[in-house]
Amino acid sequence: MTAIDRIEGRACVLRGSDIDTDRIIPARFLRAVTFDGLGEHAFEDDRIQAKGDHPLDDERFAGASILIVGANFGCGSSREHAPQALMRSGFRAFIGKSFAEIFAGNCTALGLPHVTLDADDHAALMDSVTLDPKQQVVIDLEARTVTSRVGAVAANIPDGVRRQLLEGNWNATHVLLEAGDAIEAAAARIPYLADFPS
Amino acid sequence: MGVSRRPCYSRGVVTEANTQFSDKTNLLTKVWDVHAVRELPSGQTQLFVGLHLIHEVTSPQAFAMLREMKLPVRFSERTLATVDHIIPTLSQQRPLADDLAEKMMSAIEKNCAEHGIRLLDPASGQQGIVHVIGPELGLTQPGMTIACGDSHTSTHGAFGAVAFGIGTSQVRDVLATQCLAIAKPRVRRIDVMGKLASGVYAKDVTLAIIRQLGVNGGVGYAYEYAGPVIDVMSIEERLTVCNMSIEGGARCGYVNPDETTFDYLRDREFSPQGASFDAAVRWWKSLASPPDAIYDDRIEVDGNAIAPSVSWGINPGQNIGIDERLPIPADAPAEERASLEEAYSYMSLKPGDPIAGTPINVAFIGSCTNGRISDLREAARIARTGRVAPGVKALVVPGSQTVAREAEAEGLHEVFRAAGFEWRLAGCSMCLAMNPDKLVDREICASSSNRNFKGRQGSPTGRTLLMSPAMVAAAAIAGHVVDVRGVL
Repeated sequence: MTAIDRIEGRACVLRGSDIDTDRIIPARFLRAVTFDGLGEHAFEDDRIQAKGDHPLDDERFAGASILIVGANFGCGSSREHAPQALMRSGFRAFIGKSFAEIFAGNCTALGLPHVTLDADDHAALMDSVTLDPKQQVVIDLEARTVTSRVGAVAANIPDGVRRQLLEGNWNATHVLLEAGDAIEAAAARIPYLADFPS
Repeated sequence: MGVSRRPCYSRGVVTEANTQFSDKTNLLTKVWDVHAVRELPSGQTQLFVGLHLIHEVTSPQAFAMLREMKLPVRFSERTLATVDHIIPTLSQQRPLADDLAEKMMSAIEKNCAEHGIRLLDPASGQQGIVHVIGPELGLTQPGMTIACGDSHTSTHGAFGAVAFGIGTSQVRDVLATQCLAIAKPRVRRIDVMGKLASGVYAKDVTLAIIRQLGVNGGVGYAYEYAGPVIDVMSIEERLTVCNMSIEGGARCGYVNPDETTFDYLRDREFSPQGASFDAAVRWWKSLASPPDAIYDDRIEVDGNAIAPSVSWGINPGQNIGIDERLPIPADAPAEERASLEEAYSYMSLKPGDPIAGTPINVAFIGSCTNGRISDLREAARIARTGRVAPGVKALVVPGSQTVAREAEAEGLHEVFRAAGFEWRLAGCSMCLAMNPDKLVDREICASSSNRNFKGRQGSPTGRTLLMSPAMVAAAAIAGHVVDVRGVL
């Protein structure tokens, strides 16, 4: 797997808190056995209702690879289809005020950095990118910073997630397999699994 | 290796408690330590998953990834499958009318057959919503770690299990290794004090908790529900409370196992039997948090003050008691105002209006939150008092085939039909819009489900009012939101 230490690109500003995964990818698009084609349906219902006035349809944000969101982004359903849809529509990282836990875990599993900023920094970044969407935004995981025209501000990311991304260990299956027989040994110690005569 | 490859669906055997804990360790920590394989370089735990449940929506891509990585399923006997999200509730005749749904059904059948995983399909007589069948079959037990590619996996915590909703890549992780890479959550103890009034249900308790703590108040936490109100709840009521932990941001929620838990599990199909059951109970008892257990946070909720509750907005935290009026955005903290205004604009409701009297078009009783037999019994009590109002479409969808049989044996289906409700086949139905049961246009639905997100029930502009099954039945009959306490 590729180590991910830095994401650089233009950003898109999506305001609002508690944006749930049903909005990110409506359930009808989950009637499929693959994740193919989800990218074109990201935020579909919100976009239809916004009649073109949605950040994902705003030409000024076209080509953005970083999505800046509010608080509790990705709450609700565990569907990995949500970060899959955003990834397949071109986003490589998220900057938010906070993320729902399962969504954050799904992002990690896909190698999508998701960092949070303190409230003032977050508001300043949103305003700056809204005014000047052409600017480059840099998420530096090594330095734990987000740099934009606002300057370099501290980016928060759990240590474990940061390490997984920096070391290219975000596909957990590989890491978990390294335990080898220790998995069976652990199972043998669990009372309801242990081979114990009845 | 000394591990038994006994299927999770065989009658388990439990050894005597083999782990010593300090006398102040909470349940989550004990269960965590029992299942920890090792600490990972990331600082997360490699956690063994005792029971893995899968369904047709979030598993096919995981099997595909496994195939791509050329990996087998490591503990196929610890995974159990069912079909619930896409299954139609009118006819389950194969091939299913919806080609996409049929494709998903075929995929889970093929994947289970290929990997030796037991599938509880409609023909088994034990199919149902994954979070309904695990408990009712005795698969879900205290002290287990449970994972499922569905956020409502928190439901299983009602037994004192540690149960997480996971994404598809993590389903792959569990299939390949029977483990998760996961950070140990902090634990918040929530004591629900006092006593619930008549007409106030577990659903109202969970809505009140989410309203008090917020939809993201639980991020990073497991919720331990306790206190006098939880103590006297049945397992089914506790399942409702734990089910909605995720709506409060907590990935997992649990209740300490007690006599209610053990009584429920005794003689269930997949519970330990005989002497093994007694050994299991001794272990289960040893897991419960002691009275002076240490927590990261503690809060109290006043159970006496909880009224029948109704969500009015676009997340489950936006709910009020039936006697209250809708909140005024100007009175709310600044950071909440935009959210409230967005909710009003979507719902077409007016600040300051009462929620009682809001007309409904559809009534839905079912889901992993409230599709169990006790829910149907309460709803049927109300259904006996009248007929569904003209113009209202009312559905009752049992959570599983077992629930359906039980309800039919009690004649509940006839009660519902006589009152003008439709009696359907088991499945997720109108909770989530992945099967033919959907709202149309701007319909408003009184719903016993768990999410009132925009578009959740299948119409991009459809509106959901969450409430208890009894409140849904009362609303169906009145044609608008009413206080069930006036009907009981």
